Amino acid sequence: MTEPVLALTGISRSFGALRANDDISLTLRAGEIHALIGPNGAGKSTLIQQIAGALKPDRGRITFLGRDITGLSTASRARLGLARTFQISALAMEHTVLQNAVLGALGYSGRVFRFFRPVMDDPALVEPARAALARTGLADLAHQRTGALSHGQRRQLEVAIALTLEPRAFLMDEPMAGMGADGSRMLTDFLRTLSRDAPILLVEHDMDAVFALADRISVLDYGRVIATGSVDEIRAHPEVRRAYLGGEGVG
Amino acid sequence: MIAERWLNAALYLALLAVPLAAWALDEPFVITLATKIAILAIAGVGLNLALGLGGLVSLGHAAFFGIGGYAMGILASHAQSYTPLMQSPFLIEGTKSMPVIWLVAIVVSAAAALVIGALSLRTTGVYFIMVTLAFGQMLFFFAISWPAYGGEDGLSIYVRNGFPGLNTLDPIQFFAIAFVILSLVLILVSRLSRSAFGLALDGARQNVARAETVGINPFRVRLVAFTISGAITGLAGALFADLNRFVSPSMFSWQTSGEIMIFVILGGVARLYGPLAGAMLFILLEHFLGGISEFWHIYLGLVLLGVVLFARGGLIGTLSRAAAPHD
Amino acid sequence: MSLILLAEQVLNGLQFGVMLFLMAAGLTLIFGVMGLINLAHGSLYMIGAFAAAGVAAATGSFLLALAASLAAAAIVGGVIELVVIRRLYQRDHLDQVLATFALILVLSEATRWAFGSFPLYLNIPPALSGSVRLPGGIEYSLYRLSLIGIGLLIALALFWLISKTRIGMRIRAGENDREMIAALGVDISKLYTVIFALGAALAGLSGALVGAIQSVQVGMGEPVLILAFVVIVIGGIGSIKGALIGAVLVGLTDTLGRVLLPPFFATFMEKSAATTVGSSLSSMLIYILMAAVLIFRPSGLYGRA
Repeated sequence: MTEPVLALTGISRSFGALRANDDISLTLRAGEIHALIGPNGAGKSTLIQQIAGALKPDRGRITFLGRDITGLSTASRARLGLARTFQISALAMEHTVLQNAVLGALGYSGRVFRFFRPVMDDPALVEPARAALARTGLADLAHQRTGALSHGQRRQLEVAIALTLEPRAFLMDEPMAGMGADGSRMLTDFLRTLSRDAPILLVEHDMDAVFALADRISVLDYGRVIATGSVDEIRAHPEVRRAYLGGEGVG
Repeated sequence: MIAERWLNAALYLALLAVPLAAWALDEPFVITLATKIAILAIAGVGLNLALGLGGLVSLGHAAFFGIGGYAMGILASHAQSYTPLMQSPFLIEGTKSMPVIWLVAIVVSAAAALVIGALSLRTTGVYFIMVTLAFGQMLFFFAISWPAYGGEDGLSIYVRNGFPGLNTLDPIQFFAIAFVILSLVLILVSRLSRSAFGLALDGARQNVARAETVGINPFRVRLVAFTISGAITGLAGALFADLNRFVSPSMFSWQTSGEIMIFVILGGVARLYGPLAGAMLFILLEHFLGGISEFWHIYLGLVLLGVVLFARGGLIGTLSRAAAPHD
Repeated sequence: MSLILLAEQVLNGLQFGVMLFLMAAGLTLIFGVMGLINLAHGSLYMIGAFAAAGVAAATGSFLLALAASLAAAAIVGGVIELVVIRRLYQRDHLDQVLATFALILVLSEATRWAFGSFPLYLNIPPALSGSVRLPGGIEYSLYRLSLIGIGLLIALALFWLISKTRIGMRIRAGENDREMIAALGVDISKLYTVIFALGAALAGLSGALVGAIQSVQVGMGEPVLILAFVVIVIGGIGSIKGALIGAVLVGLTDTLGRVLLPPFFATFMEKSAATTVGSSLSSMLIYILMAAVLIFRPSGLYGRA
């Protein structure tokens, strides 16, 4: 089997007496959508933050494309092509939609310290930014102020910015949150297309979306991975049903 | 936004036209006031790069203003007493040449901003404000306690420094120097704010997590912005010292930091011409209110309170909104 | 340098430190609970000193003067909280800095207008003048010793207030969660006014106490304010304990640096140069201390990381 794109080995992280993550190991393989589910407080956010580089693990190792990134900053991870979208949209609200996308292309290019040339006239940055907006259906809104976007459009912009990083893996924190039923369905289709670009590690509460999309699912409970497997395996897993699904039948 | 552009042009042209008229009418004092406005506006444009675009609320920019001032004072005092600054390991002479003084002021204040910034930017928010204020105060006390250059009394320079081909003692010619430098600084900061660097700095101000997530290291971007900002304010300090032919520790004082910030705020934060509008308003208030009452700072304080509590776009924001109600 | 002289300087540093604590405690409390940075805290220190000097001159009573300093600073603090400060809680730090800077301009000039530009003097009360003989043969000013005692007593009272009383419980709740305290049914705006006035009273008291060993003049508050900021950066924002430790550290570092650095440099430098270098360096010492804390603990010794 080929080496996984992203691999977590024995990740542990505590906050005082609280063990938020306890010896977590999981992988993200090329081409797959791997969903991370679990009840509130199971440690999903803590784990995402450690993968993205916003938190340092107490123990354990994270490798990305065969390279140990445990000690790298968020910015360095992003430049390697680890593209994260946020649960609550994190955008430059005063900028235009296009400027936000150009910011992504700029960060990825690493050529931040250019002081004279107007950045919005630089085709090397504006073209990939426009292409990303076109793919996410935001091309017509390029010159709109970001603060004026609807909730769904902001989610699309999050994805567009991730696309400007020429991503090798996506890290998506509840992309469906706050989307209506139609929006969720559209986004579900879109994420499936997107996973052909790069594998997606998906944290999601919307079970319909997870079961429709995921190739594999890992279940977190009390900071530990209690099960990893295919959709059918997870549906049938007794411990998962007890811990997470409350014993009710699923699907 | 068109209204703002016209307002900017009007302010800029007024700063040019008033001293020219004063020159024709032989009113040198007015020219000196205009020169002071131009120089303080440079200091404000410098701070505005960190404060407006970068969101870095520095209450210690007097440090760089003072360093620029003392760069001029120290170099010129050695030149006027014909004593070298340093003899070993190599000889450094003083100078009365403005371009050399400016260069030294820029380099030294940039170096200071790099060090102070590297320490202060380890913190954010209210810590950053307190830390920059404290480092400014540190240099203030150092200037007072270091006796070699006048200590508490400061340092007088008897003849204004020279610029090749100009008579700097002529008020209108010195004004021209300050005005040209202000123009160059405005062009520089305008280019900067539309550059890749400006986008990254502004993006990191609006949402630091976003900037990091696309691969931008906010600390580095901010440190570079803080350094450039300090260098510009340092250049203004050297010019200000030349205007007064005097430097003293008060250039380092926390009041100076506060006043530079007032220029930025009175005019409008993050607006390129804000500091120019603010410096104009400040000097006019100082001149007219100061003529009415020796306690004019009370009125200045009340004006500032009013702007902060009720007119958040500052002068330019308020006027351009009034001129363009549909904006 | 003799040990007795050194002990005396340690006491001086301690005295300086506990007075700084009175300033820093109010600032850190106001920041911790209301999230407000208040530059006008130094003006309240000044107002306390002027009120004390005025009342002492009129009545001759030092106790009345101290009471006046507490009352004047608390009243002015309460009024500016009601009129200006409470509009700032929801604003960003920049607006808070500017508005409280504007308050400094107004309060300083108003004081200059009322009392003139010349410094006033506040005399040490006869009962506390002179010196006492401490164990080990140290002769030390009774007044300064009293300042240390008063400062430490107030520190104890503050710890008690915050950890044991109802208002302290509310303060702690307010630090953690504004919504929770509102849910407890506490009138939050009244609580804020009380805390602000309490911080103001502490600043005013320390202004009056220090005013008796220095002169009372416009502008006396801001250098102390900035030192209190250094104390808070070192101690950690919002922590009373951090404020106490930071204040004592700053007081000792500054006082001992001024005494010890010049002779230290004189051991390997020519005397006048050593004095110059030593005194210049000692004027920067506490800021160097602050820089060191920033490098190793950016959120202060007792700050939440």
